[in-house]
Amino acid sequence: MSQAEQTETVDEDGVIESVSGPVVTATDLDARMNDVVYVGDEGLMGEVIEIEGNLTTIQVYEETSGVGPGEPVENTGEPLSVDLGPGMMDSIYDGVQRPLDVLEDKMGTAFLDRGVDAPGIDLEKEWEFEPTVEEGDAVEPGDVVGVVEETVTIDHKVMVPPDYEGGEVTSVESGEFTVEETVVELDNGEEIQMHQEWPVREARPAGEKETPTEPLVTGQRVQDGLFPLAKGGTAAIPGPFGSGKTVTQQQLAKWSDADIVVYIGCGERGNEMTEVIEDFPELPDPQTGNPLMARTCLIANTSNMPVAARESCIYTGITIAEYYRDMGYDVALMADSTSRWAEAMREISSRLEEMPGEEGYPAYLAAALSEFYERAGKFQLMNGGEGSISVVGAVSPPGGDFSEPVTQNTLRIVKTFWALDADLAERRHFPSINWNESYSLYKDQLDPWWTDNVAGDWAETRQWAVDVLDEEDELQEIVQLVGKDALPEDQQLTLEVARYLREAWLQQNALHDVDTYCEPEKTYRMLGAIQTFNDEAFEALDAGVPPEEITDVDAAPKLNRMGTAEEWEEFIDEIENDLKEQLRALY
Amino acid sequence: MKEYQTITEISGPLVFAEVDEPVGYDEIVEIETEDGRTLRGQVLESSEGIVSIQVFEGTGGIDRNASVRFLGETMKMPVTEDLLGRVLDGSGNPIDGGPEIVPDKRQDIVGKAINPYSREYPEEFIQTGVSAIDGMNTLVRGQKLPIFSGSGLPHNELALQIARQATVPEEDEEGEGSEFAVIFGAMGITQEEANEFMDDFERTGALERSVVFMNLADDPAVERQVTPRLALTTAEYLAFEKDYHVLVILTDMTNYCEALREIGAAREEVPGRRGYPGYMYTDLAQLYERAGRIEGKEGSVTQIPILTMPGDDDTHPIPDLTGYITEGQIMMDRDLNSQGIEPPVNVLPSLSRLMDDGIGEGLTREDHGDVSDQMYAAYAEGEDLRDLVNIVGREALSERDNKFLDFADRFEAEFVQQGYDTNRSIDDTLELGWDLLSDLPKEELNRIDEDLIAEHYREDESAEAVQAD
Repeated sequence: MSQAEQTETVDEDGVIESVSGPVVTATDLDARMNDVVYVGDEGLMGEVIEIEGNLTTIQVYEETSGVGPGEPVENTGEPLSVDLGPGMMDSIYDGVQRPLDVLEDKMGTAFLDRGVDAPGIDLEKEWEFEPTVEEGDAVEPGDVVGVVEETVTIDHKVMVPPDYEGGEVTSVESGEFTVEETVVELDNGEEIQMHQEWPVREARPAGEKETPTEPLVTGQRVQDGLFPLAKGGTAAIPGPFGSGKTVTQQQLAKWSDADIVVYIGCGERGNEMTEVIEDFPELPDPQTGNPLMARTCLIANTSNMPVAARESCIYTGITIAEYYRDMGYDVALMADSTSRWAEAMREISSRLEEMPGEEGYPAYLAAALSEFYERAGKFQLMNGGEGSISVVGAVSPPGGDFSEPVTQNTLRIVKTFWALDADLAERRHFPSINWNESYSLYKDQLDPWWTDNVAGDWAETRQWAVDVLDEEDELQEIVQLVGKDALPEDQQLTLEVARYLREAWLQQNALHDVDTYCEPEKTYRMLGAIQTFNDEAFEALDAGVPPEEITDVDAAPKLNRMGTAEEWEEFIDEIENDLKEQLRALY
Repeated sequence: MKEYQTITEISGPLVFAEVDEPVGYDEIVEIETEDGRTLRGQVLESSEGIVSIQVFEGTGGIDRNASVRFLGETMKMPVTEDLLGRVLDGSGNPIDGGPEIVPDKRQDIVGKAINPYSREYPEEFIQTGVSAIDGMNTLVRGQKLPIFSGSGLPHNELALQIARQATVPEEDEEGEGSEFAVIFGAMGITQEEANEFMDDFERTGALERSVVFMNLADDPAVERQVTPRLALTTAEYLAFEKDYHVLVILTDMTNYCEALREIGAAREEVPGRRGYPGYMYTDLAQLYERAGRIEGKEGSVTQIPILTMPGDDDTHPIPDLTGYITEGQIMMDRDLNSQGIEPPVNVLPSLSRLMDDGIGEGLTREDHGDVSDQMYAAYAEGEDLRDLVNIVGREALSERDNKFLDFADRFEAEFVQQGYDTNRSIDDTLELGWDLLSDLPKEELNRIDEDLIAEHYREDESAEAVQAD
């Protein structure tokens, strides 16, 4: 992207006609749809969103206070693009991929100024380029020509850009280069650098989409155990404010077993992003032990940053995700929150005086959402490899009402639904994912993975838990009317088992050093321990032991400590033994 | 500066004027009426040849012959440390009869966004002396924590109590600690409420370290757009340039949003939910996000906005959008209020998102997090059981259930209830918490670490209780 300082030397190709908030109209501007333009004397970055006769409408990515008619508009002739290349991991960007740390330096203040531009990756930094092709090799678009160690965790693969023709390699460099220096030349004259650009609103090409069969292991029991997400799948987390959307998203960003995490803070709180910026460099990646930031790219467009850049931050994020997917990585993208993105569309749309659809949202809301989620998936790559993007979008329905347009249109697309529940959050049951409302359509296709990698009877064990929770839901309605003691003894016992399922298994303390991450084996074993209690308890009941005595055994409350136990394998073995011993001693 | 007499249309708070030179968006405008009054406004939309202007003081008295001057700059707030102790109107003019304000500098009132990279994560515990807040929904420096209230509830008393008592305990002990300032921004509150605040400020001597901005109920509604921005600009100046820790109280945000809707309607915009403009989220965020800490700066801005929920409905757009931006909320409750609980804070729907990082060993106390979690869970259970008691009666419940019911009662009557003049230290609050929790059987305390139970659980009292049974 060109620098703002150049504005003075370039011809003015348009003139501002009117200004209203982030929407500016200009006359005499020769531009195509979605071209990036620099607006006004200060060169504020904007994008063409409507052309009508001689009048061009532009959404501006920065504050427009003080900008007036008569000021120039300069067209770059390029669509809104991201800079792709080594240096994106361990970075934090705004919605149009300006690095926030560089902006702080350039602006010299903690407050975001206007009219300052910066490239998305460091153009001066030299990287050690290690070629993987030799002279005479034939390469095609998408093929890897070399590797750069981007961070301790990530080997950045330099690829033939997808819009190249490809051909025979005529020259290969090796050693330290900046991203703009040519490292590989082809016989048709095409030169390959470590840096590429790609327009954000266009999906990067890839081969066919495949059916995902591997879970994105999140380390969260309720998600892995009951409502799993596949690598290459899509999930939505809707919930009213205070129900723990952001913590859930952050837990996924921290613990999921993706190779790359792209975390988009779209129109959310500044302090939350700061928390991520401060925490992630210190936290170890559970797979590699390296700092989490080494595999993470953050995009922060907080709620008070310009609304047009909020609209674009989702596209910036997914394009970066696609680029790493093309290298063959499993990428997880978290978007918090897609409702703010939809609202940004609504705001721009209403300034354009477009005919509104439902609740004032533009009529193309559903199309925009599905276009975004469709960029997720497990793909055959152009170079023959495989890569995936899993997308998790938070939704913030007004008043917690899931019938509103953003939630509804999202649910039509995504296959995993984690419904957050204000009631659960109020009683500090976290993660507050409601087990009756949530679902995952990936369950069946992921079961073979669990059977092969965790336990042969995984599917049955999970189904047992689901049945108990369902039964509890029904019994609770009766309890609300007549009280627990009026129930038959076996149902009282079921309630007790369900309570352990909820409190010991579904609940998970994100703030506890041990409990915050739960590997699949532990998820399975914990469930197994509760099932042991269930089986032994009903044996005892059949032998005539009153339910009070059964629930009173010392070992039972220990089930609640399984999550936080450090030596969990021994701890669970011990509980299971104790449960058997103590319950069998009753008869 | 060019003067025009070209007004073509006056509608509600808006004036449209023809211009022959370009005018910048958001610029300040002065309109002089024929009877010599000068009104101020702001450019809402600037097109070639015509601008629309929003007039702060209302358009009464303006006619087509009024003259319009464009000042060529956006709205600025004259800021100085001398503002402390002063009372200003909603547009920032002194109304306390004091000397004229000599500004140190003039700062744009539309604050720039803080670069998220430059922020420092807030984690310094503020002791408000209110158990329901300190113990259960802890406030930290740089947080924005609104009070969700309803008309007729004592939110002002609570806000005043916080303003009076708020301290950062550690610094007290060392005897140093930077100065603490209160910025009070009133939007559309009644004269009576204003007096209540002013009396309290004067009585406690808090005025000396306060700046008061007053837009009263009979002041122009459009001015309410400006008042909080003036207040926050002042707060940012004091915090980030003069190293103060600033507490900003904004009341009542509902009136602010009503003003926003009024202007939106006058501009014939496409309305969003319940007639509020579609950009209300962004607009509110531009206020609330002006709280926080900045790396390398001594001061901080903490915000306590107050809003009255129309019909006590927290799904109404105003509390709803606020809740999505702020870092939690303190919920006032009408039932608790009628029971005489002071302050009537319902802790269940209340929340402080920054609590977890602001408490614990070295900050408050090691057991704080667990105690608070356990009390939440126990109180929630007790609350659920109350519904059941209404149907089956207390006798039909088990001994365990009765203990939870008792806990819920004591929690309200002893923990939440404290009065507006009691200042409890965090130690007092947590000890009180243990006192209540010790009524429950030890095995039920599944949210608390076993070592902490061993250290704090009051065995003998519960033993006595059992004997008494």
